[in-house]
Amino acid sequence: MKLFIQETMALTMRSVKRLSRERISMIFGLIQPMLFWLILFGNLFQKTAQIPGFQAPNYITFLTAGVVVMTVLNSGLSGGVDLLFDKESGFLERLLSAPISRNSLIYSRFIFVMGITSVQILIILLVAFILFGVYPHSGLVGLAFIMLVGLLFGLGLIAISLTLAFAIKGHGNFFALMGFLTLPLIFLSTALVPIQAMPDWMAFLAGFNPMTYAIEAVRDLIIGGWAWGGIVRVLVILLAFDAVSIGLSSRVFHRQMG
Amino acid sequence: MKAIEIRNLTKTFGGKKVVEDLNLAVEKGEVFGILGPNGAGKTTTIRIVLTLLKPTGGQVKVWGYDVVTQPRDVRQALGYVPQEKAVDRFLTGREHLILVADLYHLTRPEAKKRIEEVLELVDLSHKADDLVNNYSGGMKKKLDIACGLIPNPKILVMDEPTLGLDVESRIRIWDYIRRLQRGGLTILMTTNYLDEADQLCDRIAILDRGRLAALGAPEELKKGLGGDRVTVQFGPLQDRLDALAGTLKKELPFVNEVKVSPASHELEIRVTSNEEALAPLIQKIHHHGHPILAIQYSRPTLEDVFITYTGHKIKEDSALL
Repeated sequence: MKLFIQETMALTMRSVKRLSRERISMIFGLIQPMLFWLILFGNLFQKTAQIPGFQAPNYITFLTAGVVVMTVLNSGLSGGVDLLFDKESGFLERLLSAPISRNSLIYSRFIFVMGITSVQILIILLVAFILFGVYPHSGLVGLAFIMLVGLLFGLGLIAISLTLAFAIKGHGNFFALMGFLTLPLIFLSTALVPIQAMPDWMAFLAGFNPMTYAIEAVRDLIIGGWAWGGIVRVLVILLAFDAVSIGLSSRVFHRQMG
Repeated sequence: MKAIEIRNLTKTFGGKKVVEDLNLAVEKGEVFGILGPNGAGKTTTIRIVLTLLKPTGGQVKVWGYDVVTQPRDVRQALGYVPQEKAVDRFLTGREHLILVADLYHLTRPEAKKRIEEVLELVDLSHKADDLVNNYSGGMKKKLDIACGLIPNPKILVMDEPTLGLDVESRIRIWDYIRRLQRGGLTILMTTNYLDEADQLCDRIAILDRGRLAALGAPEELKKGLGGDRVTVQFGPLQDRLDALAGTLKKELPFVNEVKVSPASHELEIRVTSNEEALAPLIQKIHHHGHPILAIQYSRPTLEDVFITYTGHKIKEDSALL
């Protein structure tokens, strides 16, 4: 166990050091969701809050939950990228030739990406408060649950990303697939409009999208109209999503790693 | 116990045999080279030794541990220097070494001491805190070697240690390898450079299309070809060359074989003892009244060994490098 912690921490610290040296990509990664979604998109579609079905006082309040979860989506789905580059550069071979548990490679990714995601969520909520006065009406407990929902959704996404990083040949294909997946997942969720405002078939598909549930929970916690039953239901759904994606990922992983 | 023992090793990828019934053993303390063109099965063999691939058939033992059933013990016994660029350009040299030390579970004080030793050995102490992004190709390779040495391994496995390096860096890396061997380290390396194998390796295995084509010390393999070659060219006297060939073979004990090429008026003579052969040979030919136009003397190279055992040149297959 002591050895496992040593390996996992060493691998996590490597990612932290890398990040601190890629300041430009770090800053853009943080600014992008806020600038694009919250400020531009939120203001552009200000009038949509007048459509029936919006429980929120204004569109930006409504959208904040969507931006939080979309950020989790982006960070989670890119959680496997470093592994993919290690695979291509041969660095992975060096790691795998060391007497380490194969799981430490995976756990260090989870720890790192989830840490980054937590920081991102906090920054988005802070900016939403400073610029638009939006804050979680459910208080600190609500904030804790927002983080929990974000992390549970992120966990499954990282597992999927790692699976694809192992299974797919070449980072070109990986990024093409990610680009292809991201927008449909966003549009087939309640990130941008409430389910009542969607065409029936899209609303139907959104019901299968775990993102929809994560967004609903975060939105209820921000607007304030939340109930324990609803939160617990969402947590169960997200745990089921995690179980499926981690199960899938460990199968692919063990087939590749032996 | 052997350092590495490979018995009846076979590896197939999608029905294609990449390594076929390979048998070889690496002794403790030797530098052992696996030589062959690209696609000969060198890297596959090494990856199996490193436990990065599972064998399809046969058995591989590293320092007495089985690669399939005791992979962790095998990994602990090995240090690995992959082909170039297995470095993270966003880390410094020292950060690489700290990472590797943690992956091999060295304690902090152990790691600290070992990192200084290794940096000293590969002459990187002054650059240890620079980002690898600013390293030259040769420095990256030195760092690669340093990473391989951090765990103080029993055996160092090097995949193409000087591929793509400039001459100066190559010579320096050869020097490290010799020094490490003097320190008692066993080294298994692959190469497709014949001069490298010749200079460094105590023994080599020539792989060709997944099979072992030849095995032995470079000197032995060269001698095994029948000795040095003396090519003597004469004027147009072809009717008497056959007689001369017979005489040389009969009267000079160091002559192994004489081949007559009537069209070019040449004798190709294989001799065992190189230094003593030339003077008596020329004398004998003179004595028989044959005027020599030209004479050429050559020792067999590993290239000759390679061609003899595989039927082709090593570079033809690696021309794409």
